[in-house]
Amino acid sequence: MGQKITIEPVTRVEGHGKVTIHIDNEGKILQTRLHIVEFRGFERFIQGRPYWEAPVLVQRLCGICPVSHHLAAAKAMDVIVGAGTGEGLTPTGEKMRRLMHYGQMFQSHSLHFFHLASPDLLFGVNGDPAIRNVIGVALEHQDLAVQGVMMRKFGQEIIRATAGKKIHGTGAIPGGINKSLTQEEVDSFLKGDDPLNIDKMISWSKDALKFFKDYHKTHKSIIDEFAEFPSNHLSLVRKDGALDLYHGVLRAVDPEGKIILHDIDYQDYNKYIEEEVRTWSYMKFPYLKEFGKDNGWYTVGPLARMNTAEFIDTPLAQKEFEKFKAYNNGKPSNKSMHMHWARLIEILHSAEKMKELLSDPDIQNGELTTKGTKKPEGVGLIEAPRGTLFHHYKVNNNDQIEMANLIVSTTNNNQPMNNAVNQVATNVMTSQPEITEGMMNAVEVAIRAYDPCLSCATHALGQMPLEITLYNSDDKIIDQKIK
Amino acid sequence: MGKLPEILIYGFGNPGRQDDGLGIVLTEMVEEWTRKESLSNIEVDSNYQLNIEDASNISDKDVVYFVDASKKEIESFLIEEVIPSPKVDFTTHSASPGFILDLCHKIYGKYPQVYLFHIKGYEWEFMEEMTEEAKNNLDKAFQFLIMEIKQQIAK
Repeated sequence: MGQKITIEPVTRVEGHGKVTIHIDNEGKILQTRLHIVEFRGFERFIQGRPYWEAPVLVQRLCGICPVSHHLAAAKAMDVIVGAGTGEGLTPTGEKMRRLMHYGQMFQSHSLHFFHLASPDLLFGVNGDPAIRNVIGVALEHQDLAVQGVMMRKFGQEIIRATAGKKIHGTGAIPGGINKSLTQEEVDSFLKGDDPLNIDKMISWSKDALKFFKDYHKTHKSIIDEFAEFPSNHLSLVRKDGALDLYHGVLRAVDPEGKIILHDIDYQDYNKYIEEEVRTWSYMKFPYLKEFGKDNGWYTVGPLARMNTAEFIDTPLAQKEFEKFKAYNNGKPSNKSMHMHWARLIEILHSAEKMKELLSDPDIQNGELTTKGTKKPEGVGLIEAPRGTLFHHYKVNNNDQIEMANLIVSTTNNNQPMNNAVNQVATNVMTSQPEITEGMMNAVEVAIRAYDPCLSCATHALGQMPLEITLYNSDDKIIDQKIK
Repeated sequence: MGKLPEILIYGFGNPGRQDDGLGIVLTEMVEEWTRKESLSNIEVDSNYQLNIEDASNISDKDVVYFVDASKKEIESFLIEEVIPSPKVDFTTHSASPGFILDLCHKIYGKYPQVYLFHIKGYEWEFMEEMTEEAKNNLDKAFQFLIMEIKQQIAK
């Protein structure tokens, strides 16, 4: 009798998702699927609204990464107001937005590493689930827990200062920004009481990288072999090939590092990228048109960015980037767990960038906005913490939005996440007499490496359990577990 | 009168999704009230969700009121004392008040007195306008919370 195992929902991932694994009578994995319910109503909701409202309205999408949506929408609206495609803003406008973005990247990545990833690394995939969480980290490694809390807090304060407030920030507007920083605000970040100052953040970022690299030395199999599979990689890069999380051209490389999407202007993204609909999933599957559905899918996010970029323009992160590249023999890393390594390099880079920007006088003085000849259509792309985020809008003669298309990072990672689940399930569950807690968590660890994010801004208090349902080949439930 | 208690009123939710913003709006009302009353010992804060940094934010407070919209079958509002809980929810990209309190104790060794204030909501779509029923509940909750705060100060 064939069986279907459902792991629902995947713990420690935002929103709702479930994994179904079909196995035959001999325990061989027949099929795996990651089901994610993506909310698609927002694109219709925003139709008819004045275009200048978009950067604020889009933050309703997500309570986790509102800043990324805020900035991607603002970048699209820059095009519409004639302020250029990411390079036409005033120095103050662009630098304030970048500071906001690096603050977002810093806090989001820090949360992921300390809260989601470090428990698995510290206590092991097979560790006791009662302690394999951030409370366990707090009990046994209090220094790490404090660092995670304070790094997240620092990033949140940067967002508050640049976006105006933590909820529905208004900082980025079409054509620029609506405020600069005061000397007092700058001083609070540069010279704030320990530990809330930028030098401590840089120091802790280095410590987190050291923690990971030390772990890697003694756990090579899980970091290097867990959920490894060939993938294309896509991200923005600066025109000279540098890592750039805020703006650039769109580049993709194949699993061997050959450039297969050649630094295109992202205003033309829909000439190169298509989204496939599959009957069993609410979430689409994007791919590069030239290579088709089977070969054109790609990974986005921190690892993809390490694989597409040629260098990093901050010294400490560049040193770490060189070590990362050397370890992978100059080739792209196709190892899912290297996502954590890449994320930590980006934490360090973001901290260095924040210090650079906070020390720049443009952040305190200068023209805030610019504009030019209006256009009816604009695309804004940004490298959100989880990967490339696309916002595309058309406006009519009454300044109303008449079309919106969003491709969020998690959608871009749909296929690689499914591949990761399949690979791990095949490795740990094939021919096993029973599904253990450790096996289930292995699947979740693979998904968590991608840090998938769903529209979860409407929250529900209360315990949300992990539900495991076992089906036979007739889709009848033969076992169900809730933890 | 001795030292006044340090009180934090912390609303969370998404005001872009109708009644989900009840906690945020109540926080704004309290902020206005404290300004009028010149109460420097009361701090207000808000966010989409609670998260780990809030363990730090509550660590130097005597009393904390978390305020949230509720789908529960309650009257207009409900207040309950928060018990520390090490239980990690389905998503730790947001966290429960009990989890925040537990983390605060584990990291900082502090146990502020924490309450969770539920205000009943009804609609949760992508709209900013709250329902009339929710607005009525908000007014009642605000009056009650003001009384609560006054009692805390009088202790």
